Amino acid sequence: MNKLVYDQIGETVYKEKLENGLTVFLLPKSEMAKTYSIFSTNFGSIDQTFVPINETKQINVPEGVAHFLEHKMFEKEDRDVFADFGKQGASANAYTSFTKTAYLFSATDQIEKNIETLLDFVQNPYFSEESVEKEKGIIAQEIEMYNDQPDWQSFMGTLRALFHHHPVKIDIAGTVDSIYAITKDDLYTCYNTFYHPENMTLFIAGNFNEQRIMDLIRRNQTSKDFAELENINRGYPEESASAARKENKMTMPVSVPKCTVGIKESSSELSGDEFMKKDLLQDMVVDFYFSKGGPFYQQLYEKQLIDASFYFETTLEKNFGYTFIGGNTSEPDHFADTVRDLLKSTREALFSSEEVERMKKKKIGQLLRAMNSLEFIANQYIHYETVGADLFGIIPAIQSLTVEDVNNFSRNWIEDERIAVCKIVNE
Amino acid sequence: MNGTYEEAVNENGMNFHFVPTKKFKTIAITAKLKAPLERETITQRALLPYILQQGTQSYPDRSALQMKLDSLYGAVLSINGSKKGNHHIMTIRLETANQKFISHESDIVDEAVKLFKEIIFEPNHENNAFPGEVVSREKDTLRRKINTVTDDKMRFANMRLIDEMCRDERYKLHIHGYEDALERITAENLYTYYKAMLQEDQFDIYVSGDIDNEALKAKLLPAFQHHRRSGSKKPMQEAEKYPDQANVIIENQQIQQAKLHFGYRTHITFGDDDYFALHVFNGLFGGFPSSKLFINVREKNSLAYYAASRFESHKGLLFVFSGIAPQDYEQARDIIEQQMDAMKKGVFTEEEMANTKELIVNQLLETMDNSKGMVELLYQQVAGEMNLSPDALIDGIKNVSKDDVIQVANKLDLDTIYLLTSPGGDINE
Repeated sequence: MNKLVYDQIGETVYKEKLENGLTVFLLPKSEMAKTYSIFSTNFGSIDQTFVPINETKQINVPEGVAHFLEHKMFEKEDRDVFADFGKQGASANAYTSFTKTAYLFSATDQIEKNIETLLDFVQNPYFSEESVEKEKGIIAQEIEMYNDQPDWQSFMGTLRALFHHHPVKIDIAGTVDSIYAITKDDLYTCYNTFYHPENMTLFIAGNFNEQRIMDLIRRNQTSKDFAELENINRGYPEESASAARKENKMTMPVSVPKCTVGIKESSSELSGDEFMKKDLLQDMVVDFYFSKGGPFYQQLYEKQLIDASFYFETTLEKNFGYTFIGGNTSEPDHFADTVRDLLKSTREALFSSEEVERMKKKKIGQLLRAMNSLEFIANQYIHYETVGADLFGIIPAIQSLTVEDVNNFSRNWIEDERIAVCKIVNE
Repeated sequence: MNGTYEEAVNENGMNFHFVPTKKFKTIAITAKLKAPLERETITQRALLPYILQQGTQSYPDRSALQMKLDSLYGAVLSINGSKKGNHHIMTIRLETANQKFISHESDIVDEAVKLFKEIIFEPNHENNAFPGEVVSREKDTLRRKINTVTDDKMRFANMRLIDEMCRDERYKLHIHGYEDALERITAENLYTYYKAMLQEDQFDIYVSGDIDNEALKAKLLPAFQHHRRSGSKKPMQEAEKYPDQANVIIENQQIQQAKLHFGYRTHITFGDDDYFALHVFNGLFGGFPSSKLFINVREKNSLAYYAASRFESHKGLLFVFSGIAPQDYEQARDIIEQQMDAMKKGVFTEEEMANTKELIVNQLLETMDNSKGMVELLYQQVAGEMNLSPDALIDGIKNVSKDDVIQVANKLDLDTIYLLTSPGGDINE
């Protein structure tokens, strides 16, 4: 068990890679009442093409299979796992993102029992024809719920405008048609390949004794057998740097139109410090311009192009990245043109050292605030670990950023062909 | 048992609460202003949070204020309004990094206290009015908010349910206010109202984080030398409603998924003897994925993606929410009503009781691990005008018996069923 001490923020992490390949992180925090535990696999909605374990040929699986599999993990032959956690005073949940599927619980009591339940239910699948059929109705309702949400439609519509082939353009849950094509065998194929310990991470943060918990995990894992797994061969289609199309216009019953401007971020595969630096700069520069009171926000506000629904977000993953700027606007065309012009102006802009200092302070404060949450720490630690970086190394990384770093990023950030617009207007 | 304590001090007609805890890397200062819910003032109270974020006397516009917040290590200012029973609560919260975790920093907290005070007591104004253009711009923002409620179907259905259910009660008032009242608001009358609010609302301030109470008292109390009239207004008492028959409301919109919501009267509010049993009732009925609603509506019959219940602690209401296929309305309704019947008949085991209690205690303890949640939970006591600490609440829940829960179940009255569905969706094919 490796002990990593982060003095400045007062945290200690224990790390161990087990013999079966599972990576375990423990972050004890005795001031908290609760313990949060997340068991995560590097398998998300974008992993649709891959070579299954012990096979040689690449296959394609239906859209939405990772999410479907997540739903079915909770159902066992004789019981429902939610109820098991419920009986042990824990609240359990799971989510599927573009790149990950994660199972989690939080509890203030019976931590050891709950950790065992988490490990055992994720490592012991039970799929039957009948239960797979039954789930289709539930997931279809989930998809229909999202179909009624203009914000989600706007989000996916922007991704479809930005990406030509990359599966990030496909809805995480799939479509009603695609999920009806999913079979029990699809689930087992994905499960056996991606739920191998080598492809998984366990992160536990909260109120516990690290030695006892690590012993328990070791014991639990040695009692199980797994086939050998080297690397998972995944296929992603070639994706050009430019946006798939300039505009995607959709109609839906909305009281005010919605408009999102998307930027396809350059996705040269980065890792470690390089990844973190790009991730930070992307985030800090967008935040500088578009957060409340920021120069671009202020212009949009004064031109009455935005309201309280205005938002921006930015994401960087290993092989894709995007930034969205959007919200409700009665003039979607004017909003889109204005944002596009503002974005283009960033190529000429130069940041002063006071501005960069303020940006750095803001980012450090944001991180400290986010670190109040065990969930944030666990999820983000895993996220950065996947790309070879360290969450708790961010504050020093921010402190080391220079004015030149920010200006270099900003000079090359925007290219017109990487911008797309999604508009949602009333029928 | 949750490792936190609260020290309360009353001074200058305000209540200060100090909550030291090592759980967080930030310090939060939260002001709560409480007044009766009124049709006449709710729109002004809905608009004020937008105005107060647009600047102070020293930082006269949003950009200047934001730069100040950014330089305080990305301090976050949030201002919003909420309903608690017959009261409206305006919350002003400033959260900033604790300087303990940043090398070579020592005056973030002093600066934060100064800024917080200025945001509340010296908002940007001139000649006894807020800046006219800010007010007119933010009126647009709020008008938008009022008009877009229909885009979020779950919230819309919930709002319509309360409209119908509480037709003659002040609780029906919309949190974002009303367009007609908005038209009448001016930069002058809004400022006048805000001044009166600072005088007359019940005023509580919480400071939470890894703090030294004495040091903070010395900073905070002198900073808030604000002369206030004593005594806050109380809302008119409203007679408790006992519906004899449930009202069914069906409305149509172009939607894929129908929303089926139920509204019950619990006749139980915060701190009542059976308030603890209401918690346990809700946990068994629809509060968790192990509850009757989730298991029966979703898991056994695949009718919904979500089916849950939630209760309002200060007005005495309980709501059921579900999202279903339009053609499943009658089946879903039957199943939901059967679950309530089962609760009334006591069809649940001692084991389920014990598990549910543990889940609720877990949830409360987790809330106390959250910097915002902790203050909200402590403030319940002010809103409910009843001393019941989180620890006492937890103890009370642990002591609930099966009979207590059955009694609560039988006290509940179904008042209104609200269905939002696609045109023709309520007719069985």
